[in-house]
Amino acid sequence: MSSTLAAHELSFDPGVGRRTRDMTPRRQPPARSAAWVDVLFGLAAKSAAILTLGLLAAILASLVVGAWPAIAKYGLGFLANSVWDPVAGEFGGLVMIYGTLATSIIALVIAVPVSFGIALFLTELSPAWLKRPLGTAIELLAAVPSIVYGMWGLLVFSPVLATYVQQPLQAVFAGVPYLGALVSGPPVGIGILSAGIILAIMIIPFIAAVMRDVFDVTPPMLKESAYALGSTTWEVTYRVVLPYTKAGVIGGVMLGLGRALGETMAVTFVIGNFNQLNSLSLFQAANSITSALANEFAEAASGLHQAALIYLGLVLFFITFVVLSLSKLLLAQLKKREGARA
Amino acid sequence: MKITVRLAAAGIAGLCLSGLAAAQEVTGAGSTFAAPLFAKWAADYNKATGVKMNYQSIGSGAGIKQIDSKTVDFGASDMPQSDEELARKGQMQFPVMIGGVVPVVNVKGIAPGQLKLNGQVLGDIYLGKIAKWNDPAIKTLNPALALPDAAIAPVRRADGSGTTFIFTNYLSKTNPDWKSKVGEGTAVNWPTGAGGKGNEGVAAFVNRLPNSIGYVEYAYAKQSKMTYALMHNASGNVVSPDDKTFKAAAAGAEWSKTFYQILTNQPGKDAWPITGSTFVLMHKVQDKPAQGEAVLKFFEWAFQNGDKTAEALDYVPMPGVVKTQIEKAWAQIKDASGKPVAFKSAS
Repeated sequence: MSSTLAAHELSFDPGVGRRTRDMTPRRQPPARSAAWVDVLFGLAAKSAAILTLGLLAAILASLVVGAWPAIAKYGLGFLANSVWDPVAGEFGGLVMIYGTLATSIIALVIAVPVSFGIALFLTELSPAWLKRPLGTAIELLAAVPSIVYGMWGLLVFSPVLATYVQQPLQAVFAGVPYLGALVSGPPVGIGILSAGIILAIMIIPFIAAVMRDVFDVTPPMLKESAYALGSTTWEVTYRVVLPYTKAGVIGGVMLGLGRALGETMAVTFVIGNFNQLNSLSLFQAANSITSALANEFAEAASGLHQAALIYLGLVLFFITFVVLSLSKLLLAQLKKREGARA
Repeated sequence: MKITVRLAAAGIAGLCLSGLAAAQEVTGAGSTFAAPLFAKWAADYNKATGVKMNYQSIGSGAGIKQIDSKTVDFGASDMPQSDEELARKGQMQFPVMIGGVVPVVNVKGIAPGQLKLNGQVLGDIYLGKIAKWNDPAIKTLNPALALPDAAIAPVRRADGSGTTFIFTNYLSKTNPDWKSKVGEGTAVNWPTGAGGKGNEGVAAFVNRLPNSIGYVEYAYAKQSKMTYALMHNASGNVVSPDDKTFKAAAAGAEWSKTFYQILTNQPGKDAWPITGSTFVLMHKVQDKPAQGEAVLKFFEWAFQNGDKTAEALDYVPMPGVVKTQIEKAWAQIKDASGKPVAFKSAS
């Protein structure tokens, strides 16, 4: 490049020479921006990060302050008390905490294998012409507003669940200990199980999309080598793809779990909003933390009722925090084992 | 003619307010039940006077919080505040319209208005003590009806709501067991039943579940043509829910003593027993008298011109006698110097 420049400068053509002179400033590397711009950019980036931390701390602090009357009165006993009686002014969060955890676990139990299957099919097995429409369809599922899932769950899904699942199960297991109790309850198809299934449908697109993307980045060389050694598709997936992508897979599952824990509208519609813990039946109407907050917050009188609701919010915050920490721990553990094996 | 008078009134009002009137806006917040009516009134009022009324339908409890912190000019609640509470906060309340709560059922073979219930039986159903439709207690009230041997599925509101307050208040008055075990409030510790969100949620459950019973606002039951039940009232008569029986309940209350009136289980031979009203809350001492004045003007206008609108939306306007008492009570609203806020367009 410098040689051409020299050649132009040696040229006798005045026109060329002028053009060269005109272009010289552009050809030179752009002037270095002043050091203060760098400093400013650094400060802006840092303050954005600190702002996030500050917001987190502020939210936590305002939750604690808002919940303080309830924390002071009940302490940790709040978590184990199943009575929620706004009239008598007695509040315990066990029913909602149980509902939140149970529905999220059911959702994960259903969503993880299905998402794994979807991702595997899309990356390894699907004919090329089906890949794109199928992938788009799954991503579209993620775009359906949660209230639509709730209404569909209430009006379409739960009657089907009641008629074709719950009632036959109740007929089969009537009188059987434990199993009979697990499917007892009024045959309306509303409760923990239907909320869990709706949540599963809602989080499948998230988990499947993440899994597909990380499966896709597995180096083809690794997979081809495994195939060349005679591995089956399952062996390639289990021995090559999964170990290579486990961080992404766990991240996707946690993303789904986070969504399931926090989902409000869809759950409110199908969980039954029932604040009693009479039985552990899958078909028992129950309540979740977010559903209780959404339903009662607007009308809660200030004082203990409101404080108890905020306390519930704090508990949800804590649950999500624990879930996140556990996933980090799990990943660290996996990495350590990997190091040992190597 | 009417329009010219109204325009003249608006003109005078505008003159009185001079500079302030230019971009006057009134804000209120609270009861979701009253929201459709307030919105319609606000639109009509804006057409007539040019004054804007913004109403945030955020729920009665939240409306009370907003007026307490003076972020709005008035609050609206489906549950009246006790006189002591109001005195403590320096507020006053007045009812603006009446609404009824109606039991609705979904039982095969029962048409709207066929089933008759009373407070004792309704309470026992929601307590879970009466579990089947052919229970002797229901049969005694409905000897002619063929009631099925099926489990009753009670449905109730899941969200805190003025409707629930009116319903549970009625049950507490008529069913001693309900009073001791559950009590009254916008949200209570329901011993049984599935919870739906909003009137729509309850209606969806009742329509979907065979042999269910629920309770919804009258307007909602009427518009979605649900199978409502008749009630025995405090005088022992069987009444049907409509604007006449709601008005009868409101007329029976002693508004002259205090506006703290819960209209459930009122005496009066035509009174619908599960009736309530929406209350507007205002501070007695107005920091910005012009705003207080604008609120009172709005409701004065609504009392004079808004009855038809209310009826068209299936709300029941306040009886004329009560309106006069309310307008008298507005003299309690004063500015910081203790002068009553002038709201009459004539003054």
